[in-house]
Order: sequence, then C-alpha cells, then structure tokens
Amino acid sequence: MTEYNSMELMIAAASRELEDGVSIAVGTGAPCAAAMLAQKLYAPNLMILFEAGGVDPRLPEMPISVGDSRSFNEAAMAGSMANIMDACARGFVDYTFLGGAQIDMYGNLNSTIIGGDYHHPKVRLPGSGGANDFGSLCWRMMVMTPQDKRRFVENIDFVTTPGWLKGGTSRAESGLPLDAGPYKIITNMAIMDFEETSKRMRVISVNPGYSMKDIQENCGFELLQAEKLEETRPPTREELKILREEVDPYGYVIGRA
Amino acid sequence: MKVLEEGSGQLFTCPDPDHAREYFRTKSRRQTNKEMALKDAIAAHVHDGDYLGIGGFGANRTPIAACHEIVRQGRKNMGFAGHTATHDMQILSAGEVYNRLDIAYVVGLEARGLSKCSRKYIESGKVQLTEWTNYLLAIRLQAAARNVPFLTARVSMGTDTFKYSAAKIVACPYTGKKTVIVPALYPDVAVIHVHEADVYGNARFSGISVADLELAGASKRVIITAERLISNKEIRKNPHQTHIPYYLVDAVCHVPYGGYPGTMPGEYFSDEDHLKDWLDAEKDPDTFKAFIHRNIYGCKDHQAYIDCNGGMEKVKQLRKMELLLHREGNA
Repeated sequence: MTEYNSMELMIAAASRELEDGVSIAVGTGAPCAAAMLAQKLYAPNLMILFEAGGVDPRLPEMPISVGDSRSFNEAAMAGSMANIMDACARGFVDYTFLGGAQIDMYGNLNSTIIGGDYHHPKVRLPGSGGANDFGSLCWRMMVMTPQDKRRFVENIDFVTTPGWLKGGTSRAESGLPLDAGPYKIITNMAIMDFEETSKRMRVISVNPGYSMKDIQENCGFELLQAEKLEETRPPTREELKILREEVDPYGYVIGRA
Repeated sequence: MKVLEEGSGQLFTCPDPDHAREYFRTKSRRQTNKEMALKDAIAAHVHDGDYLGIGGFGANRTPIAACHEIVRQGRKNMGFAGHTATHDMQILSAGEVYNRLDIAYVVGLEARGLSKCSRKYIESGKVQLTEWTNYLLAIRLQAAARNVPFLTARVSMGTDTFKYSAAKIVACPYTGKKTVIVPALYPDVAVIHVHEADVYGNARFSGISVADLELAGASKRVIITAERLISNKEIRKNPHQTHIPYYLVDAVCHVPYGGYPGTMPGEYFSDEDHLKDWLDAEKDPDTFKAFIHRNIYGCKDHQAYIDCNGGMEKVKQLRKMELLLHREGNA
C-alpha cells in the first residue's frame, strides 16, 4: 500500500467533496491545496475565489497570500474584496474551507483569542479576516483540521465565525442567510457532518487506522455517530502523485504533517 | 428602523456624512503638481492622533516605504484600520504608532505565522480594539466613499465578532429581516501604493484592487506612492485605466520598489527570506531592537533599506519569481 501522511489524507478527502462546476472560496495552505487537487482530478470547472479579489485564476502554484499575484494569475477577473464578498452574499459561492484554533460541536470557530477574556487574552490571534464573512455567506462551510481535545472543545473562547451557533434553529433565527452553514469537518481521524435537527457534529466516516473510541477520546465534547459508519478511503496513488508533484511540490503544506 | 442588538465595541471615527461633505467642500479641485519626497508627504499629511488607512493587502501592493517613514518620524496615538494588516501592521507595531485599532485581520502574516511584536503590542493593553470582518471594514469604507452614514451586510450575527464590534443588528424596514449595519469609516489619511501615477495624483495599478478604491474615496487626505511617474498625457490617453483620480489625492511620491518586501503584481514577488527574518528577529527583544534599527531607523530612505537587504541583485531575483521565470521551462 502507498504511504501517506494525515495531511495528504485530509486534502484528498476534502478534494472529493467538490463536484464539478461548483464554486469555492479558499484561503492559503491546505484549503487551496484541496481545491487545486479537485480541479486537476474531479472538478475541472471548479471556480475558485480568493477574498482579496481573485476570480477563477489558473493557479501556477500555491499562493503564499490570498492576495499575491498567483491568486489572480490568468484569472477571469482581478476584482476587489467587496466584489468577492458580494458574490458570496448573493449565493454564488457553494463551498468554503475554514480553519481555527478551536471548534465546538456546532461548528462555530475561534480564530480571535485563546484564554483569558477579550480585553486580556492569553494569546491574541488574527481575528476574522474573511472567515466570518465566508462562514456567514457560503452555502457549505467545511473545515480541515487535526483533531485533539484542545481544538475540539465544549466551549470555544470566542465565536469568531458562525457555525450552527447554538444548534437547532438558532442560526436561522439569528438573521444569517437561510440554509447556509457548516457541512463537513475533515480531521486526521474522521469525517463528520451535522445532524439535521440538533445541528450537532456527527461522525460519518472513520479514517484508516482509527476507531470510534480514538475519535471520541480526542474530542472535548460528545460526538454523535451515524447509524452506518463508512470507512474513509485512503488517498489514491493518483491523488498522491498530483498532490506531491503538481499541487505542492515543495511540501509547504503536505510536508507539515 | 428598530435596533435589535448592538456590539459593545468603540467607534473611533465620526460617521456623520455632513461633516465629511463640509471637509470635502473645501478640498482643492485644481490639477496642481503634488509631487513630493515621501519624507515631506508624511510630515505634511500624517499627524499624531490621525486615523490611518493603508492600501493593498498586508504584504501585497502595500506602501511599505511609507510605513517605514511613519515609524521613522515617530508618529504616535494614531487610529489604524487593520484590514488584513500583516507586514504593514508589523512595522507600525514596532513603532507603537497606533493606539486605536479596527480589526478585521491583524497580528498574523497569513501562512507565514504570527508576528510576536504585533501580538505583544496589542496584548499590552495600550491599544483600544474593535472587531470587524474583512467585508464589514470594506463596506464601512464604501459607505464613506458613497457618503452615506451606514451600509448593511448579512454577516456576523450570533458571533462574538459582532459582540465586540460597533455594528448593530436592525430589522429591515422593507422585509422585516434582521440585518447588520456598520457605520461609515472616514480615515484622516490613507497611503496607497500603485504602479503608475502622474504628478497630479491620477493613479493606476494592475491586479486586484482589494479595498483601495473605497479607501481613496473615503479618506480625507490621500498619499500616493508610485513605482513610476508617468505623464498626464499618458493618463489622458487611457482614462479608463485610472483607478484613483487626481482630485482625491494630496501628495504623489515616486518610490520605486516601495512595496518591498511585499509583492508588487507584475513587478516583484515578496522577499520571503527577509519576511522570515522579521518574524525570527521578533522572538528576542534585543535582537529585534537591533533589527529595527538596522532596517528602519538606520536607513535614510527606502532605497537604503533595500540596499541593506541585497539591493538590486535581490530585486532582480524577486522580479524573476514574480514573473514565474524561476520555474523550469519558463526562463
């Protein structure tokens, strides 16, 4: 069997979620790698948008910044931040990949502070950037992240980006656009979705080498479990080849795992 | 319109559109020569206590030379729009230039990591903070550029980002739907780096505009730094290429490589080694003090800074990278 690391597995699994012809707003790093892999293998007509203004670029390599020249290389348009967010607001953007220092059972994300309170944090992080906007406006928000009890917590220190807020119908009542919200969470151990009524995180697929017990033990809240658990397919030889040779030849992202 | 919820964050600027009109009423409409040395432009237009907007996107088409000059001249107590502020913020934090910060994205340098200097400064309690998002800050500038007191977007409800902002949730008078409103943001002064400008301030750039058109329209004073000065005839031959018209602009500074060590589309790529040196130097206070002295206070201008980091040889390499000539088969 081909050797791979957990980052490669997460990126491959994420790339398979993207159907041909859909649109996605991404940042740098793993999200961009997944979108590029999808574009090369599964979704040649994937429309990629970058928050600083790039619309549908032909990415020659992974951008370092979501606003560097790669992010609008041979693009359909080099626009503005408001152009991109307006498109998300109008419902043109199907997917986004986000990350954060912490996530809770409803998929709310924290990228603002760790520890202490807002005015006296232990660590100040960047804040929303475009994450809150994407999480508010894109139809389906996904997260790719390594899983442990420090990241998957009962109460996150700050809700930077909305998930399903407090679960149930709370997101719909908040005034955020209807029907948009967290869709899938892809970790080194599992793939999760959100149960329809409670909007709680639910394991639907277990990654090779892990058990349901591992997954629960590395999560700070109780996970729901789908009736029938799938086993996540490991990255294929083709996925790995393209990921390593074309998408991330210098190992900026896949070399970190 | 009924206000349903309000953020607790402070508003650092006045959103009154008539105050802005009063200011713009007396701003010169004359097409006069505004070319100045960067040093003089910063001295004349960037004052202690002013609210500052920086163009570009962190380390992409960002007026880095101007950020250095602001620090060199020792500006203090400024307000700052942290609108994906990355390397620009790192520089302004090193000089402890600002004490009021509107935050969309701060402290980080995207995939490169977090700036310890920026982090420590805003964790120090010396800075007043208000949270926003990239979209909300962009439309705050857009509201100012349109001279309306607020604009609205359907983001951030139910989050702490909203709670610590100065936004409000209102019921839309037409649909009854909840929506977030944010007040117009009129910076006292903005600096925007472009590819080309004439001496009157007509300016154009290539690539994404980020929020620069909004910023230019919203700001009371605008300083343009340009890679190249071109003739007014050239501007008027292709008026559709002008992004920022002269009447918005107060000063034009010719600053080749003025975005270094950030990226300038089609001109030069970011100097990732040097940006890494910044992040590394920040880990030790004494090392960082020496680093800042060498790279900012000890340099008389931007050219001196580039010369102390590899000079034109380095710029040539960055140009190759920007044009993708470093890749096999493209040379």
